[in-house]
Amino acid sequence: MKHISFSTFFFPLKRNLSALLLCLSLVSNLAWAQFKVEVSGVGLTQVPIAIASFKGEETAPQKTSAILSADLERSGQFRVVPNLGLSLDELSRPDHATLRQKNADALVAGSATRLADGRYEIRARLWDVVSGQERGDYRETVAAADLRLSAHRLADWVYERLTGEKGAFATRIAYITKTSNKYNLWIADSDGENAQSALSSAEPIISPAWSPKGTQLAYVSFESRKPVIYVHELATGKRRVMANFRGSNSAPSWSPDSSSLLATLSRDGGSQLYQIDVASGEAKRLTQNSGIDTEPSYSQDGSKIYFVSDRGGSPQIYRMNANGSGVERVTFSGSYNISPALSPDGRWLTYISRVGGQFKVQVLNLSTGQASAITETSADERPSFAPNSKLIVYATVLQGREALMTSTLDGKIKAKLAGQSGDIREPAWGPYR
Amino acid sequence: MIKRSLGILALTAFLTACSSGVKLNEVPVEDKNASAATAPADPNAASSPVSSAAQSNVASVVGGRAGAQGVAPAGVNVVYFEYDSFALLPEARAVLERNAAHLQANKQFKVQLEGHTDERGGREYNLALGQKRAETVRRALTLLGVSDAQLEAVSFGKEKPSAQGADEAAFAKNRRVEIKY
Repeated sequence: MKHISFSTFFFPLKRNLSALLLCLSLVSNLAWAQFKVEVSGVGLTQVPIAIASFKGEETAPQKTSAILSADLERSGQFRVVPNLGLSLDELSRPDHATLRQKNADALVAGSATRLADGRYEIRARLWDVVSGQERGDYRETVAAADLRLSAHRLADWVYERLTGEKGAFATRIAYITKTSNKYNLWIADSDGENAQSALSSAEPIISPAWSPKGTQLAYVSFESRKPVIYVHELATGKRRVMANFRGSNSAPSWSPDSSSLLATLSRDGGSQLYQIDVASGEAKRLTQNSGIDTEPSYSQDGSKIYFVSDRGGSPQIYRMNANGSGVERVTFSGSYNISPALSPDGRWLTYISRVGGQFKVQVLNLSTGQASAITETSADERPSFAPNSKLIVYATVLQGREALMTSTLDGKIKAKLAGQSGDIREPAWGPYR
Repeated sequence: MIKRSLGILALTAFLTACSSGVKLNEVPVEDKNASAATAPADPNAASSPVSSAAQSNVASVVGGRAGAQGVAPAGVNVVYFEYDSFALLPEARAVLERNAAHLQANKQFKVQLEGHTDERGGREYNLALGQKRAETVRRALTLLGVSDAQLEAVSFGKEKPSAQGADEAAFAKNRRVEIKY
């Protein structure tokens, strides 16, 4: 991956490490990193953590310590102390005094050992460098093909130990690429790596939506010369047509109990919201008006549906009860607010606003009603939350190319996800596995 | 002949109604393809489940492609729209009349009216905007005497631009409904 130069951002970091908490902008300069983390904003409180190269990982297919470091940095909660050259594993007695001099507050060291059957045993230990105490041990045995997954699980473990919150690194992201005239639906790790194609098609694919258990995707495919909703089981590749009514079938999203999909159908004229029973395929109409209703999604408890409607003259976000009653408007400022996604903890709504001809990711605090734009880009699309509600993934255009980004909810830490070549769009963050 | 004249009168009224922003009554559409939703399995589905020791495994599938449904009349079979608008422009009339005559003479033909938008904005909202354009054309053809059973209004949103580029010239070419046989 081509390294994007942000040389000006390095200056404050190199001049004075303590300036980190106040510096305006910096980019990770870790040479192995296949992603770029951009940090901006004042008053960041990040845990400085030392991560030793794992013993034995140089001969393993994946570098556990590199994946762990990248995950922790991308979360915005950690700063990996660079270039320590530590030669440690989980059984070592680390020199805490020296680590404290390097401003590290925590340390992870471990090993990756190939077993006789080809699997790997991953062991790690976490230390609190400030107190010099051990904070826990991690151990699992995995197939070589799951070494990345194992590293993400280890990152979740470290994240939870040090922040008290559940990590979401061992999750998956679905996205679509377009290369010349070929479209692919990919399932990748939460860092964009390890992508596997679930579907390739000569016609567009849009709107992938994860089932609550993460085993199936619903999506819209145009392979029969019109938008049709499919449900696709990832492990087997088995899929079936879920909605192919007369007209367009689009914008699928799952009910929390996986028994039905919300979707936009035009079978009765206009784009209106329907609930489709997954077992029978029967569609029940939820909205009745002459305008556009689309992009429906349930709240986590299934009691509310958030959606977009132009019933007020311009596209705005609304919510209603699951049976279609009690419609209330959610967004009021601006003339174009679309693509709502509710955070799993129910506290935030992210969506896209057109502001002065630019399309930007917004984050709305549902208890205060305060919304803010969190990006500097101008063609943002389709934001969705990580299952721990701490990061947002969205599509945008960077230097003329489509790209996927993650951002913290305050917009201060962003990372461009690794991905396939060509245009990359339509991200959807999957549930916990 | 009388029927056709009435159709043109109706279309004129329709064009006027559209451009003056008067809302038309919703045309109820019988759902003839409802049974398709319960189609048990897609022919492209992979038949053999893939099992693997790895928990990260994803099986790969190749999507299919549909064929044509009739023979198009000679000439341009595309209707263009202004930005953020669903109103038929005066130049749409010749295209619609030619296609209406062709469809009435060939009642076995079925067409898809494919709505498209320019690239600005979200994919799903653009899909709904393209649908609105396609349905405007469907109503116009119905008023010209075409059987509704020959027409399906669908949308591609911004997924299939006919012109590349991010300028108004490209946008104008992309805001369209294609009459596809």
